Amino acid sequence: MRAFACHLQFEFFSGLRNKSLLMMYYLMPLGFFAVVGSVMSELNPFFREMAIPSMVTFAILTGTIMGLPSPLLEAREKGIFRNFRVHGVPAANILLIPALTAGIHLGVVALIITFTAPLLFSAPLPSNWLLFFLGALTFLITGAGLGVLIGIVAGNNRICFLLAQMIYLPGMLLGGLMIPTDQLPQFIGWFSRILPTTYAMDAMLSLGWGEPVLNIWPLGGILVLLAGGILSFVLAGYLFSWDQNNYTRRGPSFLAVLVLIPFILGAIFL
Amino acid sequence: MSVRELNRDRSIKGGDKMNDWILEVKGLRKEYGGQVGVDNLNLKVRRGEIFGLLGPNGAGKTTTMECLVGLRRPDAGEIRIMGVDPQQNPGKLKDIVGIQLQVSALPETIRVEEALNFFSFYHGRKSNGTGLDKLHLEEKKKASYQSLSTGQKMRLSLTLAMQHQPPLLILDEPTAGLDVGSRRTLHGIIKELRDQGTTIILSTHDMAEAEALSDRLGILVRGRLLTVGSPREITSTGKGLTKILVKTAGSALTGKKFPAVLERDDKDGYRVLFTSQIGETLNALLRAVEAAGDEFVDLRVERPTLEERFLELTTKEVV
Repeated sequence: MRAFACHLQFEFFSGLRNKSLLMMYYLMPLGFFAVVGSVMSELNPFFREMAIPSMVTFAILTGTIMGLPSPLLEAREKGIFRNFRVHGVPAANILLIPALTAGIHLGVVALIITFTAPLLFSAPLPSNWLLFFLGALTFLITGAGLGVLIGIVAGNNRICFLLAQMIYLPGMLLGGLMIPTDQLPQFIGWFSRILPTTYAMDAMLSLGWGEPVLNIWPLGGILVLLAGGILSFVLAGYLFSWDQNNYTRRGPSFLAVLVLIPFILGAIFL
Repeated sequence: MSVRELNRDRSIKGGDKMNDWILEVKGLRKEYGGQVGVDNLNLKVRRGEIFGLLGPNGAGKTTTMECLVGLRRPDAGEIRIMGVDPQQNPGKLKDIVGIQLQVSALPETIRVEEALNFFSFYHGRKSNGTGLDKLHLEEKKKASYQSLSTGQKMRLSLTLAMQHQPPLLILDEPTAGLDVGSRRTLHGIIKELRDQGTTIILSTHDMAEAEALSDRLGILVRGRLLTVGSPREITSTGKGLTKILVKTAGSALTGKKFPAVLERDDKDGYRVLFTSQIGETLNALLRAVEAAGDEFVDLRVERPTLEERFLELTTKEVV
Protein backbone atom coordinates (compact mmCIF):
# COMPACT_ATOMS: atom_id res chain seq x y z
CA MET A 1 0.00 0.00 0.00
CA ARG A 2 2.90 2.36 0.83
CA ALA A 3 4.51 1.47 -2.47
CA PHE A 4 1.26 2.30 -4.28
CA ALA A 5 0.97 5.62 -2.42
CA CYS A 6 4.60 6.51 -3.17
CA HIS A 7 4.12 5.62 -6.84
CA LEU A 8 0.92 7.66 -6.98
CA GLN A 9 2.65 10.65 -5.39
CA PHE A 10 5.53 10.48 -7.85
CA GLU A 11 3.20 10.19 -10.86
CA PHE A 12 1.11 13.08 -9.59
CA PHE A 13 4.14 15.37 -9.37
CA SER A 14 5.28 14.14 -12.79
CA GLY A 15 2.14 15.69 -14.21
CA LEU A 16 3.38 19.05 -12.94
CA ARG A 17 7.13 18.65 -13.56
CA ASN A 18 6.93 17.12 -17.02
CA LYS A 19 6.43 20.03 -19.42
CA SER A 20 4.52 18.08 -22.06
CA LEU A 21 2.17 16.62 -19.45
CA LEU A 22 1.66 20.05 -17.91
CA MET A 23 0.80 21.30 -21.38
CA MET A 24 -1.71 18.51 -22.08
CA TYR A 25 -3.29 18.43 -18.61
CA TYR A 26 -3.50 22.15 -17.87
CA LEU A 27 -2.23 24.70 -20.36
CA MET A 28 -3.88 23.44 -23.52
CA PRO A 29 -7.35 22.70 -22.05
CA LEU A 30 -7.46 25.96 -20.10
CA GLY A 31 -6.01 28.00 -22.97
CA PHE A 32 -8.50 26.46 -25.38
CA PHE A 33 -11.29 27.10 -22.89
CA ALA A 34 -10.35 30.78 -22.62
CA VAL A 35 -9.95 31.38 -26.37
CA VAL A 36 -12.71 29.19 -27.82
CA GLY A 37 -15.10 30.01 -24.97
CA SER A 38 -14.83 33.75 -25.61
CA VAL A 39 -15.00 33.44 -29.43
CA MET A 40 -17.77 30.82 -29.63
CA SER A 41 -19.98 32.45 -27.02
CA GLU A 42 -19.88 35.68 -29.07
CA LEU A 43 -20.46 33.94 -32.42
CA ASN A 44 -23.08 31.49 -31.26
CA PRO A 45 -25.08 32.34 -28.11
CA PHE A 46 -26.33 28.72 -27.95
CA PHE A 47 -22.74 27.64 -27.29
CA ARG A 48 -23.11 29.10 -23.80
CA GLU A 49 -25.61 26.32 -23.00
CA MET A 50 -23.06 23.65 -23.82
CA ALA A 51 -19.88 25.53 -22.85
CA ILE A 52 -19.21 23.61 -19.62
CA PRO A 53 -19.76 20.02 -20.90
CA SER A 54 -18.01 20.89 -24.16
CA MET A 55 -14.90 22.32 -22.51
CA VAL A 56 -14.81 19.62 -19.80
CA THR A 57 -15.01 16.97 -22.53
CA PHE A 58 -12.27 18.74 -24.47
CA ALA A 59 -10.02 18.89 -21.40
CA ILE A 60 -10.47 15.19 -20.66
CA LEU A 61 -10.00 14.27 -24.33
CA THR A 62 -6.77 16.28 -24.60
CA GLY A 63 -5.31 15.14 -21.31
CA THR A 64 -6.05 11.47 -21.74
CA ILE A 65 -5.67 10.89 -25.48
CA MET A 66 -2.85 13.35 -26.19
CA GLY A 67 -1.15 13.34 -22.79
CA LEU A 68 -1.23 9.79 -21.42
CA PRO A 69 0.11 7.57 -24.25
CA SER A 70 3.47 9.20 -24.92
CA PRO A 71 5.05 8.80 -21.44
CA LEU A 72 4.00 5.13 -21.40
CA LEU A 73 5.59 4.51 -24.79
CA GLU A 74 8.75 6.38 -23.80
CA ALA A 75 9.01 4.46 -20.54
CA ARG A 76 8.90 1.19 -22.43
CA GLU A 77 11.36 2.40 -25.09
CA LYS A 78 13.92 3.68 -22.57
CA GLY A 79 13.84 0.57 -20.39
CA ILE A 80 12.03 2.16 -17.46
CA PHE A 81 9.49 -0.67 -17.36
CA ARG A 82 12.35 -3.22 -17.30
CA ASN A 83 13.78 -1.44 -14.31
CA PHE A 84 10.34 -1.39 -12.69
CA ARG A 85 9.94 -5.10 -13.27
CA VAL A 86 13.20 -6.15 -11.66
CA HIS A 87 12.31 -4.07 -8.63
CA GLY A 88 8.88 -5.70 -8.41
CA VAL A 89 6.59 -2.91 -9.66
CA PRO A 90 3.40 -4.68 -10.83
CA ALA A 91 2.15 -4.10 -14.38
CA ALA A 92 -1.26 -3.13 -12.98
CA ASN A 93 0.31 -0.18 -11.14
CA ILE A 94 2.15 0.93 -14.27
CA LEU A 95 -1.18 1.06 -16.13
CA LEU A 96 -3.52 2.33 -13.45
CA ILE A 97 -1.48 4.92 -11.57
CA PRO A 98 -0.82 7.27 -14.53
CA ALA A 99 -4.53 6.99 -15.40
CA LEU A 100 -5.46 7.81 -11.82
CA THR A 101 -3.18 10.83 -11.60
CA ALA A 102 -4.36 12.06 -15.01
CA GLY A 103 -7.86 11.82 -13.52
CA ILE A 104 -6.83 13.98 -10.56
CA HIS A 105 -5.22 16.67 -12.75
CA LEU A 106 -8.10 16.70 -15.22
CA GLY A 107 -10.61 16.75 -12.35
CA VAL A 108 -8.97 19.97 -11.13
CA VAL A 109 -9.16 21.43 -14.65
CA ALA A 110 -12.82 20.36 -14.97
CA LEU A 111 -13.61 22.13 -11.69
CA ILE A 112 -11.84 25.31 -12.84
CA ILE A 113 -13.82 25.24 -16.11
CA THR A 114 -17.13 24.52 -14.37
CA PHE A 115 -16.79 27.34 -11.86
CA THR A 116 -15.28 30.00 -14.12
CA ALA A 117 -17.44 29.45 -17.22
CA PRO A 118 -20.52 31.12 -15.65
CA LEU A 119 -18.41 34.15 -14.70
CA LEU A 120 -16.52 34.44 -17.98
CA PHE A 121 -19.12 33.41 -20.56
CA SER A 122 -22.44 33.41 -18.67
CA ALA A 123 -22.60 29.63 -19.10
CA PRO A 124 -25.36 27.96 -17.05
CA LEU A 125 -24.34 25.60 -14.25
CA PRO A 126 -25.69 22.03 -14.35
CA SER A 127 -29.14 21.45 -12.91
CA ASN A 128 -28.16 17.96 -11.75
CA TRP A 129 -24.61 18.05 -10.41
CA LEU A 130 -24.48 14.37 -9.55
CA LEU A 131 -25.37 13.18 -13.06
CA PHE A 132 -23.03 15.74 -14.64
CA PHE A 133 -20.27 14.42 -12.37
CA LEU A 134 -21.21 10.85 -13.33
CA GLY A 135 -20.99 11.69 -17.06
CA ALA A 136 -17.63 13.43 -16.67
CA LEU A 137 -16.20 10.64 -14.51
CA THR A 138 -17.31 7.94 -16.95
CA PHE A 139 -15.72 9.78 -19.86
CA LEU A 140 -12.58 10.19 -17.79
CA ILE A 141 -12.43 6.41 -17.31
CA THR A 142 -12.97 5.84 -21.05
CA GLY A 143 -10.42 8.46 -22.11
CA ALA A 144 -7.83 7.18 -19.62
CA GLY A 145 -8.40 3.60 -20.78
CA LEU A 146 -8.00 4.58 -24.44
CA GLY A 147 -4.91 6.69 -23.67
CA VAL A 148 -3.26 3.86 -21.76
CA LEU A 149 -4.15 1.36 -24.52
CA ILE A 150 -2.58 3.58 -27.19
CA GLY A 151 0.59 3.96 -25.11
CA ILE A 152 0.81 0.19 -24.68
CA VAL A 153 0.21 -0.92 -28.28
CA ALA A 154 1.99 1.87 -30.21
CA GLY A 155 5.36 0.64 -31.45
CA ASN A 156 6.89 4.08 -31.86
CA ASN A 157 6.16 7.78 -31.49
CA ARG A 158 4.73 8.22 -34.99
CA ILE A 159 2.24 5.38 -34.55
CA CYS A 160 1.38 6.69 -31.11
CA PHE A 161 0.65 10.16 -32.48
CA LEU A 162 -1.36 8.73 -35.37
CA LEU A 163 -3.51 6.52 -33.15
CA ALA A 164 -4.12 9.39 -30.75
CA GLN A 165 -5.10 11.70 -33.61
CA MET A 166 -7.53 9.09 -34.96
CA ILE A 167 -9.53 9.50 -31.77
CA TYR A 168 -8.70 13.09 -30.91
CA LEU A 169 -9.52 14.97 -34.11
CA PRO A 170 -12.86 13.32 -34.99
CA GLY A 171 -13.75 13.36 -31.30
CA MET A 172 -13.17 17.08 -31.12
CA LEU A 173 -14.69 18.04 -34.47
CA LEU A 174 -17.59 15.60 -34.79
CA GLY A 175 -18.33 14.61 -31.20
CA GLY A 176 -20.66 17.50 -30.47
CA LEU A 177 -18.12 19.75 -28.78
CA MET A 178 -18.40 22.57 -31.32
CA ILE A 179 -21.48 21.66 -33.33
CA PRO A 180 -24.38 19.62 -31.91
CA THR A 181 -24.31 16.16 -33.51
CA ASP A 182 -27.96 16.44 -34.67
CA GLN A 183 -26.84 19.23 -37.02
CA LEU A 184 -24.30 16.99 -38.78
CA PRO A 185 -25.04 15.29 -42.17
CA GLN A 186 -26.67 11.87 -41.73
CA PHE A 187 -23.62 9.68 -42.47
CA ILE A 188 -21.32 11.81 -40.37
CA GLY A 189 -23.97 11.82 -37.66
CA TRP A 190 -23.89 8.00 -37.62
CA PHE A 191 -20.10 8.03 -37.60
CA SER A 192 -20.15 10.41 -34.66
CA ARG A 193 -22.00 7.74 -32.70
CA ILE A 194 -18.92 5.57 -32.54
CA LEU A 195 -16.97 8.43 -30.96
CA PRO A 196 -16.68 8.43 -27.17
CA THR A 197 -17.01 12.23 -27.07
CA THR A 198 -20.53 12.00 -28.57
CA TYR A 199 -21.70 9.77 -25.73
CA ALA A 200 -19.96 11.97 -23.18
CA MET A 201 -21.51 15.20 -24.51
CA ASP A 202 -24.96 13.67 -24.83
CA ALA A 203 -24.82 12.13 -21.38
CA MET A 204 -23.61 15.31 -19.70
CA LEU A 205 -26.03 17.61 -21.54
CA SER A 206 -29.09 15.43 -21.11
CA LEU A 207 -28.39 14.23 -17.58
CA GLY A 208 -26.67 17.30 -16.17
CA TRP A 209 -28.59 20.06 -17.93
CA GLY A 210 -31.75 18.23 -19.03
CA GLU A 211 -31.13 19.13 -22.69
CA PRO A 212 -32.86 16.91 -25.29
CA VAL A 213 -30.04 15.56 -27.48
CA LEU A 214 -30.10 13.02 -30.32
CA ASN A 215 -32.20 10.03 -29.44
CA ILE A 216 -29.54 8.25 -27.48
CA TRP A 217 -30.67 6.81 -24.19
CA PRO A 218 -28.32 8.79 -21.92
CA LEU A 219 -27.77 6.07 -19.33
CA GLY A 220 -27.14 3.69 -22.24
CA GLY A 221 -24.44 6.11 -23.38
CA ILE A 222 -22.92 6.00 -19.91
CA LEU A 223 -22.88 2.21 -20.09
CA VAL A 224 -21.19 2.30 -23.53
CA LEU A 225 -18.50 4.65 -22.18
CA LEU A 226 -17.97 2.51 -19.13
CA ALA A 227 -17.75 -0.68 -21.20
CA GLY A 228 -15.29 1.01 -23.58
CA GLY A 229 -13.15 2.22 -20.67
CA ILE A 230 -13.08 -1.12 -18.87
CA LEU A 231 -12.39 -3.00 -22.10
CA SER A 232 -9.51 -0.59 -22.85
CA PHE A 233 -7.86 -1.31 -19.51
CA VAL A 234 -8.40 -5.08 -19.92
CA LEU A 235 -6.84 -5.01 -23.40
CA ALA A 236 -3.98 -2.79 -22.20
CA GLY A 237 -3.28 -5.29 -19.42
CA TYR A 238 -3.40 -8.20 -21.85
CA LEU A 239 -1.18 -6.55 -24.46
CA PHE A 240 1.23 -5.00 -21.96
CA SER A 241 4.89 -5.55 -22.71
CA TRP A 242 7.80 -4.88 -20.33
CA ASP A 243 10.14 -3.84 -23.10
CA GLN A 244 10.33 -2.72 -26.68
CA ASN A 245 11.22 -6.12 -28.11
CA ASN A 246 7.72 -7.45 -27.49
CA TYR A 247 8.96 -10.82 -26.32
CA THR A 248 6.63 -10.65 -23.38
CA ARG A 249 3.53 -9.41 -25.22
CA ARG A 250 0.74 -11.95 -25.10
CA GLY A 251 -1.02 -11.07 -28.34
CA PRO A 252 -0.76 -9.00 -31.50
CA SER A 253 -1.28 -5.26 -31.12
CA PHE A 254 -4.17 -5.19 -33.59
CA LEU A 255 -6.34 -6.87 -30.95
CA ALA A 256 -6.67 -3.35 -29.58
CA VAL A 257 -9.36 -2.64 -32.22
CA LEU A 258 -11.69 -4.80 -30.11
CA VAL A 259 -12.11 -1.68 -27.99
CA LEU A 260 -14.45 -0.34 -30.69
CA ILE A 261 -17.04 -3.07 -30.01
CA PRO A 262 -19.05 -1.21 -27.30
CA PHE A 263 -19.16 1.95 -29.44
CA ILE A 264 -20.25 0.11 -32.58
CA LEU A 265 -22.93 -1.74 -30.60
CA GLY A 266 -23.98 1.60 -29.11
CA ALA A 267 -24.24 3.16 -32.57
CA ILE A 268 -26.41 0.26 -33.77
CA PHE A 269 -28.67 -0.31 -30.79
CA LEU A 270 -28.99 2.98 -28.90
CA MET B 1 16.57 -11.88 2.39
CA SER B 2 19.49 -9.52 3.06
CA VAL B 3 23.15 -10.51 3.24
CA ARG B 4 23.03 -10.18 7.02
CA GLU B 5 19.94 -12.38 7.27
CA LEU B 6 21.51 -14.88 4.91
CA ASN B 7 24.68 -15.07 7.00
CA ARG B 8 22.63 -15.48 10.18
CA ASP B 9 20.58 -18.20 8.49
CA ARG B 10 23.82 -19.93 7.50
CA SER B 11 25.20 -19.83 11.01
CA ILE B 12 21.93 -21.15 12.47
CA LYS B 13 22.01 -24.11 10.10
CA GLY B 14 25.61 -24.62 11.11
CA GLY B 15 28.75 -25.38 9.22
CA ASP B 16 30.76 -23.41 6.76
CA LYS B 17 28.88 -23.41 3.52
CA MET B 18 31.12 -20.96 1.71
CA ASN B 19 31.45 -23.41 -1.13
CA ASP B 20 27.77 -23.89 -1.80
CA TRP B 21 26.17 -22.48 -4.93
CA ILE B 22 23.97 -19.39 -4.94
CA LEU B 23 23.15 -19.74 -8.63
CA GLU B 24 22.77 -22.84 -10.76
CA VAL B 25 22.00 -22.83 -14.48
CA LYS B 26 21.47 -26.07 -16.37
CA GLY B 27 21.11 -26.35 -20.14
CA LEU B 28 19.91 -22.77 -20.65
CA ARG B 29 18.85 -22.05 -24.22
CA LYS B 30 17.34 -18.91 -25.69
CA GLU B 31 16.59 -18.23 -29.35
CA TYR B 32 15.42 -15.07 -31.08
CA GLY B 33 13.53 -15.97 -34.25
CA GLY B 34 15.80 -18.91 -35.09
CA GLN B 35 19.00 -17.09 -34.00
CA VAL B 36 20.61 -18.74 -31.01
CA GLY B 37 21.26 -16.23 -28.24
CA VAL B 38 22.34 -18.70 -25.55
CA ASP B 39 23.11 -22.35 -26.27
CA ASN B 40 23.07 -25.06 -23.60
CA LEU B 41 24.64 -22.90 -20.92
CA ASN B 42 25.66 -24.59 -17.68
CA LEU B 43 26.92 -22.39 -14.91
CA LYS B 44 27.34 -22.38 -11.14
CA VAL B 45 28.24 -19.39 -8.99
CA ARG B 46 29.51 -19.74 -5.42
CA ARG B 47 28.25 -17.68 -2.50
CA GLY B 48 30.43 -14.68 -1.80
CA GLU B 49 32.42 -14.64 -5.03
CA ILE B 50 32.63 -12.16 -7.87
CA PHE B 51 31.91 -14.07 -11.04
CA GLY B 52 32.84 -12.26 -14.24
CA LEU B 53 31.06 -13.01 -17.49
CA LEU B 54 33.22 -12.05 -20.45
CA GLY B 55 32.41 -12.18 -24.10
CA PRO B 56 32.51 -10.21 -27.35
CA ASN B 57 29.48 -8.25 -28.55
CA GLY B 58 26.52 -10.53 -29.25
CA ALA B 59 28.02 -13.38 -27.23
CA GLY B 60 24.84 -13.72 -25.15
CA LYS B 61 25.95 -12.04 -21.92
CA THR B 62 22.96 -9.71 -21.68
CA THR B 63 20.54 -12.46 -22.75
CA THR B 64 21.96 -14.67 -20.01
CA MET B 65 21.67 -11.88 -17.44
CA GLU B 66 18.10 -11.14 -18.53
CA CYS B 67 17.13 -14.80 -18.27
CA LEU B 68 18.65 -14.90 -14.78
CA VAL B 69 16.50 -12.00 -13.60
CA GLY B 70 13.32 -13.20 -15.29
CA LEU B 71 13.16 -10.57 -18.03
CA ARG B 72 13.48 -13.26 -20.71
CA ARG B 73 11.76 -16.62 -20.65
CA PRO B 74 14.28 -19.35 -21.57
CA ASP B 75 13.33 -21.76 -24.39
CA ALA B 76 14.92 -24.60 -22.44
CA GLY B 77 16.90 -25.20 -19.30
CA GLU B 78 16.65 -24.48 -15.65
CA ILE B 79 17.70 -21.51 -13.53
CA ARG B 80 17.74 -21.54 -9.73
CA ILE B 81 18.85 -18.61 -7.62
CA MET B 82 18.94 -19.74 -3.99
CA GLY B 83 16.40 -22.33 -5.07
CA VAL B 84 14.11 -19.74 -6.68
CA ASP B 85 12.99 -20.10 -10.30
CA PRO B 86 12.96 -16.53 -11.75
CA GLN B 87 9.97 -17.27 -13.98
CA GLN B 88 7.90 -19.01 -11.34
CA ASN B 89 8.59 -16.73 -8.41
CA PRO B 90 9.53 -13.19 -9.52
CA GLY B 91 8.16 -11.75 -6.27
CA LYS B 92 10.70 -13.66 -4.20
CA LEU B 93 13.49 -13.11 -6.72
CA LYS B 94 13.36 -9.32 -6.41
CA ASP B 95 14.18 -9.57 -2.71
CA ILE B 96 17.19 -11.87 -3.10
CA VAL B 97 18.67 -10.29 -6.23
CA GLY B 98 19.80 -6.72 -6.89
CA ILE B 99 20.03 -5.90 -10.55
CA GLN B 100 21.71 -3.22 -12.57
CA LEU B 101 20.61 -3.61 -16.17
CA GLN B 102 22.64 -2.48 -19.16
CA VAL B 103 19.58 -0.99 -20.87
CA SER B 104 17.37 0.66 -18.33
CA ALA B 105 16.44 4.09 -17.08
CA LEU B 106 14.29 5.96 -14.64
CA PRO B 107 11.61 8.55 -15.34
CA GLU B 108 13.29 11.83 -16.27
CA THR B 109 11.57 13.87 -13.59
CA ILE B 110 12.07 11.51 -10.65
CA ARG B 111 14.42 12.84 -7.97
CA VAL B 112 17.22 10.74 -6.51
CA GLU B 113 15.61 10.63 -3.09
CA GLU B 114 12.22 9.79 -4.60
CA ALA B 115 13.72 6.94 -6.62
CA LEU B 116 15.24 5.45 -3.47
CA ASN B 117 11.92 5.63 -1.62
CA PHE B 118 9.96 4.43 -4.65
CA PHE B 119 11.94 1.22 -5.11
CA SER B 120 12.46 0.65 -1.39
CA PHE B 121 8.74 0.54 -0.81
CA TYR B 122 8.35 -1.96 -3.65
CA HIS B 123 10.95 -4.07 -1.84
CA GLY B 124 8.80 -3.81 1.27
CA ARG B 125 11.11 -1.58 3.31
CA LYS B 126 11.79 2.07 4.01
CA SER B 127 14.75 3.70 2.33
CA ASN B 128 17.63 4.59 4.63
CA GLY B 129 19.71 6.14 1.88
CA THR B 130 22.17 3.23 1.95
CA GLY B 131 24.93 3.76 -0.54
CA LEU B 132 24.20 7.39 -1.41
CA ASP B 133 27.17 8.69 0.57
CA LYS B 134 29.39 5.81 -0.50
CA LEU B 135 28.61 6.52 -4.13
CA HIS B 136 29.00 10.30 -3.74
CA LEU B 137 25.36 10.99 -4.49
CA GLU B 138 24.49 12.54 -1.14
CA GLU B 139 24.56 16.08 -2.54
CA LYS B 140 22.38 14.99 -5.48
CA LYS B 141 19.47 13.81 -3.32
CA LYS B 142 17.14 16.51 -4.61
CA ALA B 143 18.37 16.39 -8.22
CA SER B 144 16.16 15.01 -10.96
CA TYR B 145 17.29 11.94 -12.91
CA GLN B 146 17.57 13.93 -16.14
CA SER B 147 20.06 16.33 -14.55
CA LEU B 148 22.50 13.57 -13.54
CA SER B 149 25.64 12.75 -15.53
CA THR B 150 26.14 9.27 -17.02
CA GLY B 151 28.38 8.31 -14.11
CA GLN B 152 25.89 9.57 -11.55
CA LYS B 153 23.08 7.64 -13.28
CA MET B 154 25.19 4.48 -13.14
CA ARG B 155 25.95 5.06 -9.47
CA LEU B 156 22.28 5.67 -8.72
CA SER B 157 21.38 2.48 -10.55
CA LEU B 158 23.90 0.57 -8.41
CA THR B 159 22.55 2.21 -5.25
CA LEU B 160 19.04 1.11 -6.18
CA ALA B 161 20.26 -2.42 -6.90
CA MET B 162 22.00 -2.79 -3.54
CA GLN B 163 19.87 -0.75 -1.16
CA HIS B 164 17.72 -3.71 -0.11
CA GLN B 165 20.97 -5.58 0.70
CA PRO B 166 20.39 -8.58 -1.57
CA PRO B 167 22.71 -11.60 -1.23
CA LEU B 168 23.23 -11.61 -5.03
CA LEU B 169 24.01 -8.60 -7.22
CA ILE B 170 23.83 -8.87 -10.99
CA LEU B 171 25.67 -6.07 -12.77
CA ASP B 172 25.51 -5.82 -16.54
CA GLU B 173 28.44 -3.70 -17.74
CA PRO B 174 28.30 -1.38 -14.74
CA THR B 175 31.31 0.71 -15.72
CA ALA B 176 30.48 1.22 -19.41
CA GLY B 177 30.86 4.89 -20.29
CA LEU B 178 32.40 5.88 -16.96
CA ASP B 179 35.55 7.95 -16.51
CA VAL B 180 38.60 6.51 -14.78
CA GLY B 181 37.78 8.04 -11.39
CA SER B 182 34.17 6.81 -11.34
CA ARG B 183 35.31 3.41 -12.55
CA ARG B 184 37.82 3.12 -9.72
CA THR B 185 35.15 4.16 -7.18
CA LEU B 186 32.79 1.50 -8.50
CA HIS B 187 35.51 -1.15 -8.41
CA GLY B 188 36.16 -0.30 -4.78
CA ILE B 189 32.48 -0.59 -3.94
CA ILE B 190 32.12 -3.91 -5.75
CA LYS B 191 35.07 -5.36 -3.82
CA GLU B 192 33.72 -4.00 -0.54
CA LEU B 193 30.35 -5.61 -1.19
CA ARG B 194 32.05 -8.93 -1.93
CA ASP B 195 34.03 -8.63 1.31
CA GLN B 196 30.75 -8.10 3.17
CA GLY B 197 29.43 -11.40 1.76
CA THR B 198 27.50 -10.30 -1.32
CA THR B 199 27.82 -12.52 -4.38
CA ILE B 200 28.31 -10.52 -7.56
CA ILE B 201 27.84 -11.56 -11.16
CA LEU B 202 29.53 -9.03 -13.38
CA SER B 203 29.24 -8.83 -17.13
CA THR B 204 31.94 -6.75 -18.78
CA HIS B 205 33.94 -6.13 -21.93
CA ASP B 206 36.87 -4.79 -19.97
CA MET B 207 39.55 -7.47 -19.53
CA ALA B 208 41.50 -5.51 -16.92
CA GLU B 209 38.31 -5.00 -14.93
CA ALA B 210 37.40 -8.69 -15.16
CA GLU B 211 40.90 -9.76 -14.17
CA ALA B 212 41.14 -7.31 -11.29
CA LEU B 213 37.69 -7.94 -9.81
CA SER B 214 36.68 -11.51 -10.57
CA ASP B 215 37.38 -14.48 -8.34
CA ARG B 216 36.25 -16.67 -11.22
CA LEU B 217 35.13 -15.87 -14.70
CA GLY B 218 33.50 -17.47 -17.68
CA ILE B 219 34.09 -16.65 -21.33
CA LEU B 220 30.96 -16.71 -23.44
CA VAL B 221 31.14 -16.84 -27.24
CA ARG B 222 28.18 -17.26 -29.56
CA GLY B 223 25.97 -18.22 -26.66
CA ARG B 224 28.29 -20.98 -25.44
CA LEU B 225 30.41 -20.94 -22.32
CA LEU B 226 33.91 -21.83 -23.53
CA THR B 227 35.75 -21.84 -20.24
CA VAL B 228 35.26 -21.16 -16.53
CA GLY B 229 37.93 -20.63 -13.90
CA SER B 230 39.95 -18.09 -11.97
CA PRO B 231 41.70 -15.47 -14.14
CA ARG B 232 45.02 -17.24 -13.41
CA GLU B 233 43.60 -20.65 -14.39
CA ILE B 234 42.18 -19.29 -17.60
CA THR B 235 45.35 -17.53 -18.69
CA SER B 236 47.48 -20.58 -17.88
CA THR B 237 45.35 -23.04 -19.83
CA GLY B 238 45.97 -21.35 -23.17
CA LYS B 239 48.98 -21.48 -25.38
CA GLY B 240 50.50 -20.00 -22.23
CA LEU B 241 53.65 -18.53 -23.69
CA THR B 242 55.51 -16.12 -21.45
CA LYS B 243 57.12 -13.17 -23.15
CA ILE B 244 60.77 -12.32 -22.30
CA LEU B 245 62.16 -9.01 -23.54
CA VAL B 246 65.91 -8.76 -23.22
CA LYS B 247 68.49 -6.14 -24.22
CA THR B 248 72.24 -6.54 -23.66
CA ALA B 249 75.18 -4.16 -24.06
CA GLY B 250 77.06 -6.51 -26.38
CA SER B 251 76.09 -9.17 -28.90
CA ALA B 252 75.88 -12.25 -26.63
CA LEU B 253 72.41 -13.14 -27.88
CA THR B 254 73.12 -12.85 -31.61
CA GLY B 255 72.33 -16.08 -33.38
CA LYS B 256 71.83 -17.95 -30.07
CA LYS B 257 68.99 -20.47 -29.54
CA PHE B 258 67.45 -21.05 -26.12
CA PRO B 259 65.50 -24.02 -24.78
CA ALA B 260 61.65 -23.98 -24.66
CA VAL B 261 61.47 -20.89 -26.89
CA LEU B 262 58.73 -21.43 -29.45
CA GLU B 263 58.68 -18.00 -31.10
CA ARG B 264 61.16 -15.16 -31.32
CA ASP B 265 61.22 -11.61 -32.60
CA ASP B 266 63.40 -8.50 -32.57
CA LYS B 267 61.77 -5.20 -31.69
CA ASP B 268 63.20 -1.76 -30.78
CA GLY B 269 66.62 -3.26 -29.97
CA TYR B 270 65.10 -5.94 -27.79
CA ARG B 271 65.22 -9.67 -28.39
CA VAL B 272 61.68 -10.96 -27.75
CA LEU B 273 61.36 -14.62 -26.78
CA PHE B 274 58.12 -16.55 -26.27
CA THR B 275 58.75 -19.48 -23.97
CA SER B 276 56.70 -22.31 -22.59
CA GLN B 277 59.20 -22.92 -19.72
CA ILE B 278 60.17 -19.64 -18.14
CA GLY B 279 62.75 -21.02 -15.65
CA GLU B 280 64.60 -23.10 -18.22
CA THR B 281 64.82 -20.27 -20.75
CA LEU B 282 65.90 -17.64 -18.21
CA ASN B 283 68.66 -19.86 -16.81
CA ALA B 284 70.01 -20.49 -20.29
CA LEU B 285 69.82 -16.80 -21.05
CA LEU B 286 71.76 -15.82 -17.91
CA ARG B 287 74.44 -18.42 -18.62
CA ALA B 288 74.83 -17.24 -22.23
CA VAL B 289 75.26 -13.58 -21.21
CA GLU B 290 77.71 -14.48 -18.45
CA ALA B 291 79.74 -16.78 -20.69
CA ALA B 292 80.08 -14.11 -23.36
CA GLY B 293 81.17 -11.49 -20.78
CA ASP B 294 78.21 -9.38 -21.82
CA GLU B 295 75.88 -7.49 -19.50
CA PHE B 296 72.13 -6.86 -19.32
CA VAL B 297 70.74 -3.42 -20.19
CA ASP B 298 67.13 -4.48 -19.61
CA LEU B 299 65.26 -7.69 -18.89
CA ARG B 300 61.47 -7.98 -18.67
CA VAL B 301 59.19 -10.96 -18.21
CA GLU B 302 55.51 -10.69 -19.15
CA ARG B 303 53.05 -13.40 -18.19
CA PRO B 304 50.27 -14.19 -20.70
CA THR B 305 47.35 -11.80 -20.09
CA LEU B 306 43.67 -12.53 -19.88
CA GLU B 307 43.20 -10.42 -22.98
CA GLU B 308 45.56 -12.62 -24.98
CA ARG B 309 43.81 -15.76 -23.74
CA PHE B 310 40.43 -14.20 -24.47
CA LEU B 311 41.48 -13.32 -28.02
CA GLU B 312 42.94 -16.77 -28.49
CA LEU B 313 39.67 -18.39 -27.42
CA THR B 314 37.28 -16.06 -29.22
CA THR B 315 39.27 -15.93 -32.47
CA LYS B 316 39.47 -19.71 -32.60
CA GLU B 317 35.72 -19.93 -32.02
CA VAL B 318 34.82 -17.33 -34.64
CA VAL B 319 37.17 -18.88 -37.24
